[in-house]
Amino acid sequence: MSDTITVNASGLSCPQPVIETKKALSGLSSGRVEVLVDTATSRNNVARFGENKGWRVTTEEREGGFRVILEK
Amino acid sequence: MDKVLTSRNGPWIAGGIIGLIAVALAHFGNPGNMGFCVACFTRDIAGALGLHRAGVVQYLRPEIPGFILGSFLSALLFREYSPRGGSSPAVRFGLGVFAMLGALVFLGCPWRAYLRVAGGDWNALYGVGGLAVGVLIGIGFLWHGFSLGAAENNPKAAGLIMPLMAVALLAFLFLAPTFGEAGKAPIFFSTSGPGSKHAPVLMALGAGLIVGWFAQRSRFCTVGALRDLFMMGDAHLFKGIVAFTVVAFAANYALGTFHPGFVITPAAEGVKAVPQPVAHMDQLWNFLGMVLSGLAFTLAGGCPGRQLIMAGEGDSDAGIFVLGMLVGAAVAHNFSAASSGAGIGPMGAHVTVIGLVFCLAVGLFFQPSRS
Repeated sequence: MSDTITVNASGLSCPQPVIETKKALSGLSSGRVEVLVDTATSRNNVARFGENKGWRVTTEEREGGFRVILEK
Repeated sequence: MDKVLTSRNGPWIAGGIIGLIAVALAHFGNPGNMGFCVACFTRDIAGALGLHRAGVVQYLRPEIPGFILGSFLSALLFREYSPRGGSSPAVRFGLGVFAMLGALVFLGCPWRAYLRVAGGDWNALYGVGGLAVGVLIGIGFLWHGFSLGAAENNPKAAGLIMPLMAVALLAFLFLAPTFGEAGKAPIFFSTSGPGSKHAPVLMALGAGLIVGWFAQRSRFCTVGALRDLFMMGDAHLFKGIVAFTVVAFAANYALGTFHPGFVITPAAEGVKAVPQPVAHMDQLWNFLGMVLSGLAFTLAGGCPGRQLIMAGEGDSDAGIFVLGMLVGAAVAHNFSAASSGAGIGPMGAHVTVIGLVFCLAVGLFFQPSRS
């Protein structure tokens, strides 16, 4: 798990969390990316984007928001 | 029900139901093609509070506090009430002002733009085209790193301000207090014109609450729909506005309120043309007004309906944007910038250009490097 990339998109308005996630995933064919968001809407948007791009997505609650984990 | 609304199918199911409710509200008394119009309704509320004195557009539309409270209750129930704020609030206030000015040059928010098309008002096609162009300009800024900065979590009570304001508006509606000489002080209620046309109060409030709930769960957003489609090729919100428009069209057709054309009835010898309801035919400014609105909404992160829903969820930045719209509505009428059926206001073109310059400057200068 040492190659985890963390994207802090907490507090950003739509659609910036998805844009930040897209930037992090670009050029990655595999790996683990954690995206930190603060609202359920952002959590769902990032998760849907990841699934559409073929990544395995899990989400969990954290202090002040959510963690969306994308793996491939 | 909630599983459906929060699924990928949520936006189009919510959109269809909201479209049906919109046509029903117009059928039961709201102005033509104005079952819902966040811009027009906020403008009417500004008038009722005396922030502007355009006597034909003053009414405390219960749909607007209904949206906020429906979203608030839904967010509480489903544990999504999340007070937050602090992302360039003054800039968001300015975006709200200019989004409203653009909408009142066109005569409708994005929701009403689609409802006007669904009623056969082809003037609105220029507005929808302008909306798409405004969203595309906003997307250009987003790709280049545009951001108003991150919001932070706020204390739980901070998110109560907008729901409390909504309750206060409803109290003013039902109690209709006067704060001075009768007829010369708020609360004002139009006795003629669009402000005098409204569905029964409890029906309109119920509709607002239901729509607030559905939109909160499904994330229905008429600007996000275009943005996500153009940016990501993600059509799930776009299906919401397609269903919204198609269902509204079908309902209008069934009720005999679908009147295709730039006017309802063309002028004939000795007979004046019957115009489309609350619409003008100055297509350049129909287009540019919505370019301004579309850009302002995209920079602020969602359409005016979505801003109300987020305000109900506890988002103070969205609340500030809504208050900007309220002030923008007052400015539009006090400064002769709002359009009417006769055409654009004397200052309509000026405020549109000023608004575009403001929004382009915001788009250019708010690109912080973010690691």
